[in-house]
Amino acid sequence: MEKEILEHGLNFNRRRFLSRLSLGLGSAALGSLLVPDLFRSSGADEEGFTPGIPHFAPKAKRVIYLFQNGAPSQQELFDYKPKLRELMGQEIPSSVRGTQRLTGMTAGQKEFPLVGSFVDFKQYGQSRAWVSDLLPYTAKIVDDLCIVKSMYTEAINHDPALTFLQTGSQQGNRPSMGSWLSYGLGNENKNLPNFTVLLSRGIGNGQGVYSKLWSNGFLDSIHQGVQFSKGEDPVLYLRDPEGMNRQERRAMLDNLAQLNDLSYQEFGDPEITAKVKQYEMAYRMQTAVPDVMDLSKEPDDIIKLYGPDCLVPGTFAANCLLARKLSENGVRFVQLYHQGWDQHGNLPFEITKQAKDVDQASAALVTDLKQRGLLDETLVIWGGEFGRTSYTQGKLTKDNYGRDHHPRCFTIWMAGGGIKPGMVYGETDEMGYNIASNPVHVHDFQATVLHQLGLNHEKLIFKHLGRRYRLTDVSGKVINDIIA
Amino acid sequence: MRQLFRKTYYLLTTVLAIGWFISGCSSHSSSLADEEKLPDQVSYNFDIRPILSDKCSACHGPDANKREAGLRLDQPESAFKALKEHPTAHALVAGKPALSEVFLRISATDTSVIMPPPSSNLKLSSREIKLIEKWIKQGATYEKHWAFVAPKKPALPTVSRKDWPKNDIDYFILQKQEQKGLAPNDEADKERLLKRLSLDLTGLPPTLAMMDRFLADKRPDAYEKAVDDLLKNPAYGEKMALHWLDVARYADSHGYQDDGYRTQWPWRDWVIHAFNKNMRYNDFVTWQLAGDLLSSPNGFGGPGTPTKEQLLATGFNRNHKITEEGGTIPEEYRTMYVTDRTDLFGKGLLGVTMECAHCHDHKYDPFSQKEYYKLFAFFNNVKEVGIESVIGGPDTYAKKPLMEICDEDVQGILSFVNKLDTNKLIVSVMGDLDTTRKTFILKRGMYDAYGDEVQPGTPASILPFNKDYPKNRLGLSKWMFDRKNPLTARVYVNQIWQEFFGKGIVKTPGDFGMQGELPSHPELLDWLAVDFMEHGWDVKRLVKQLVTSATYRQSAVISPEKLQTDPDNLLLARGPRYRIEAEFVRDLVLSSSGLLNRTIGGPSVKPYQPDGLWEGATSGRGLLSMYVQDHGGSLYRRGMYTLIKRTVPPPSLAIFDASNRDLCEIRRLKTNTPLQALVMLNDPTVLEASRVLAARLLQERSAPADKINRAFRLIVSRKPNEKETALLTAYYEKELKTLTKSSVEKSLAVGEYPIPPQVDKTKLTALMRVVTTIYNLEETITKS
Repeated sequence: MEKEILEHGLNFNRRRFLSRLSLGLGSAALGSLLVPDLFRSSGADEEGFTPGIPHFAPKAKRVIYLFQNGAPSQQELFDYKPKLRELMGQEIPSSVRGTQRLTGMTAGQKEFPLVGSFVDFKQYGQSRAWVSDLLPYTAKIVDDLCIVKSMYTEAINHDPALTFLQTGSQQGNRPSMGSWLSYGLGNENKNLPNFTVLLSRGIGNGQGVYSKLWSNGFLDSIHQGVQFSKGEDPVLYLRDPEGMNRQERRAMLDNLAQLNDLSYQEFGDPEITAKVKQYEMAYRMQTAVPDVMDLSKEPDDIIKLYGPDCLVPGTFAANCLLARKLSENGVRFVQLYHQGWDQHGNLPFEITKQAKDVDQASAALVTDLKQRGLLDETLVIWGGEFGRTSYTQGKLTKDNYGRDHHPRCFTIWMAGGGIKPGMVYGETDEMGYNIASNPVHVHDFQATVLHQLGLNHEKLIFKHLGRRYRLTDVSGKVINDIIA
Repeated sequence: MRQLFRKTYYLLTTVLAIGWFISGCSSHSSSLADEEKLPDQVSYNFDIRPILSDKCSACHGPDANKREAGLRLDQPESAFKALKEHPTAHALVAGKPALSEVFLRISATDTSVIMPPPSSNLKLSSREIKLIEKWIKQGATYEKHWAFVAPKKPALPTVSRKDWPKNDIDYFILQKQEQKGLAPNDEADKERLLKRLSLDLTGLPPTLAMMDRFLADKRPDAYEKAVDDLLKNPAYGEKMALHWLDVARYADSHGYQDDGYRTQWPWRDWVIHAFNKNMRYNDFVTWQLAGDLLSSPNGFGGPGTPTKEQLLATGFNRNHKITEEGGTIPEEYRTMYVTDRTDLFGKGLLGVTMECAHCHDHKYDPFSQKEYYKLFAFFNNVKEVGIESVIGGPDTYAKKPLMEICDEDVQGILSFVNKLDTNKLIVSVMGDLDTTRKTFILKRGMYDAYGDEVQPGTPASILPFNKDYPKNRLGLSKWMFDRKNPLTARVYVNQIWQEFFGKGIVKTPGDFGMQGELPSHPELLDWLAVDFMEHGWDVKRLVKQLVTSATYRQSAVISPEKLQTDPDNLLLARGPRYRIEAEFVRDLVLSSSGLLNRTIGGPSVKPYQPDGLWEGATSGRGLLSMYVQDHGGSLYRRGMYTLIKRTVPPPSLAIFDASNRDLCEIRRLKTNTPLQALVMLNDPTVLEASRVLAARLLQERSAPADKINRAFRLIVSRKPNEKETALLTAYYEKELKTLTKSSVEKSLAVGEYPIPPQVDKTKLTALMRVVTTIYNLEETITKS
């Protein structure tokens, strides 16, 4: 009963009571800046959710998602299948393949010969996790990782699968995971966007990325992912025009504020004061963003840790280092995309390069966060949108082959943020085609991520066009086995 | 415990800033709505249905597969019957709450008994419980959902202040205000009124000549004359088209993966043309839904076939995204295209969320999954494939079925298509198979999980399909424009109302169903809908009605009392005050600086855009993998002609909430963010316009203050007051004194438009900064 009263007392629509108090506009506008959805009427807070406040004590405060765009082959990286080498060239049994639908690229293929990995695997750390020789740096940190080998999804092509992982739905203009977290938890740093996006590309077969992946969907656009790019304008339109210094900008804004205030005195519209606040935040962002983007002050040991590429803007390594800085400065969700993992053919050559591109920096990020004491409160995620087939796509030769898209199993890893370290979760069958134990659906994964941030995925809702929407749509369960 | 935590967390995170105004308030336990007194007569439609729909329907509503205990509460037959599981009990007993299980369960404290169950995460407020109790006491009468009953024209209400109304609309608005003890604002001053009107009718600010004429015109019908002039301006068609392009998810790329270029823009040119010639709404939609099935004496394939214009109009249903991703399973995507058309038809034209019945019976509205696929069947017979080609050259810019627009067409019937060259021009349009493709219910919405076969048809709860209508898209249009159809007219007048007043009479323009918002002025909505039909679906007439009402002409000043009593302006006791749409922000900047290129239509253009956006996201394939910026006049076109590549939409427009054209969109958000401030301060478009306008003014013989006043008038559409002039002039003088030579050179090097040689560059820079400041005023991009 006490619970009921508290629920009611706290929940009774904070928005209404805040706006009901006849306080100066300044405080109301301030409230809306801190918790942007506080004053929105279309939220769904009557059912136990007030935007900007977690449901229970969070384990993690922030997320860094190292998205491996194009779908890395699990057979060559984490999911060790010696049996596939034994069965090299043999047709995959139909009992294993079942009724799995195929992409248009292999649907016409007459034979589906199994193919073992060209690369060797070894066991590492106390967890004795298997890691391939393509990932020597990652191998050294397995005791910090929770490797999930039993992820599965519903889509078989890139666009719908990426969209599914990021928004919980294959189609439709839904908010991205980062937008949901921004909506659910609000801002830690008022001078930086809450959800930032960094792009990079390897040499492998590339698949595009799309801004809908970091879209706010039907949420307020304050929750949209803001792309930080290399170059002089890391955030679009951030830089003052040539020839204008900071004092001159300040003078212009001061004049502007006075003029807008005259307008407020005439119209009494709170939007006018809100606009002035947005200009002030823009002004602060202009200093805060370049500060955080400036890697020149990083000491040598950090540069060494991430590798020399981290000094080349726009590389995956540079983005990893930047991700740490953004996260450290309170950015709730840092989303990286690294393109080039789509190895339909020429896999041994391409994946070797591709893995080299990301291995050192991914491991460095985990190590760096750990040595700063930030890993406990930062959840790092590494993985792609689906897996790859155990059989070859195209011609199988002695030293070359390809693998098609495979939704039934793939591997990701997570580190920090209250996830069990040094753990391998889930198994696939000996041919690496089906999940043998502990399946994790995309919605389960999303539910677990939200849970680590203190949010109940069934209660993080937004009512839009008459329906209550969730990141996890209508399913998903938290995977308690991997929570520390 | 969780709640305690939440409370602590909230206090912690906000205590520094706003903690003080929370203290002492946390013992409150009732909200405003709870305190509001219960109505004397409880209305099913207005008080009860929203509760049943939102809190009960998921388990006791239309979805047969998810129904619990066999109980359905949205229909009286089921609700009054003996309960299946307890034959002696009844969900509802008219007049007797204490015998009604519904009331007993919602008011229970035992968590094993209470409804909705805690696991649903839903909860009734104490007011909602009291409302249901009172409704049962008063007899628990059901009514048909208001939106599914054909509108009748109500009589005009009586009002006390008889001198205020200017047309029929005002009676409905004033009556509600008088009931709540509010009085309307005075009419806006002429300058602000003309700015509002001009932005609303053309998307452009008034020219100085137009403004001066209007200010000088003292005749009583000066305003009506201005309305008529603006309605004749070709920019009217562009303004009206923009909303329709959102509805129709029009774009210049195919949308998936590689996101290749498409040439669908002739369809966009047709939309502008149709609005300008004031095509009636019923024809406008019929052509788009079924133009290919129409017969015309001068059809392009001989008498009895459609004209090329009618065929072009059907591009509407081919604007959806089309995949070019190699691995695609064709049928999966073909099904998606049909789904997209069906969902658009529901949301954009009927104002209902049909899409919810794609995988299962609708949870709230009386639409079965079978009815969804009956509607789907109308759009399922197109001669198309799921993937026709992967990304490639000009042959892939439209997908079959398509039409070719040749130069003779452009000289004749398609004269409104702004074709620039003699290259082959193809557009995706509708065209059916000669034989009928069978339609099946798709279980869980899966493209390959066939259920029962269905025939084309429409949801019976809206209006049964007339047997005399052909069972194709043409019949579907006839059904839509059947005078008995309760939705079509209401939904469209509501969308138009939203365009002018900022929000619809129904605030959820895409959901007139049970979960949608109730109309704020139901009688007015019905009056407008019937009047619209009675006058032959005449769009310009409807628009004129809205803008000539006293309601529209009010000043937008918000008094502290009105901010308190009606913060959302539901009663319209003040004029609309909103930030203008993304495209019109750009248009205002270009137009007031004199840079705007007034060409209408044609291929979309690529103005200034920050470097690397397309390149960073592309797969590297196709015409749109690199952004090759245009030059000359193409840099200064209206915002609606900026090329929309769906996967990377134009950033300065997206930042101001433009639609990404992924799916049908009927209401844009109106947000206010720091990124918008950065666009207005630093986008070369704004800076170049500032420089060009400043240069123009410097070439005039006048004092600095006069130049500044003139800039202010051009941009804000009113004369500045003394304080404003003084402030801006002082700013100008100060900049003039402090600017260095190098800063001048750098400041002016923006944009490609030439600088007149004779102009003093320091003065130019100082004045340019003043102009940029004026562009950044809140009032500038606001209609107020």
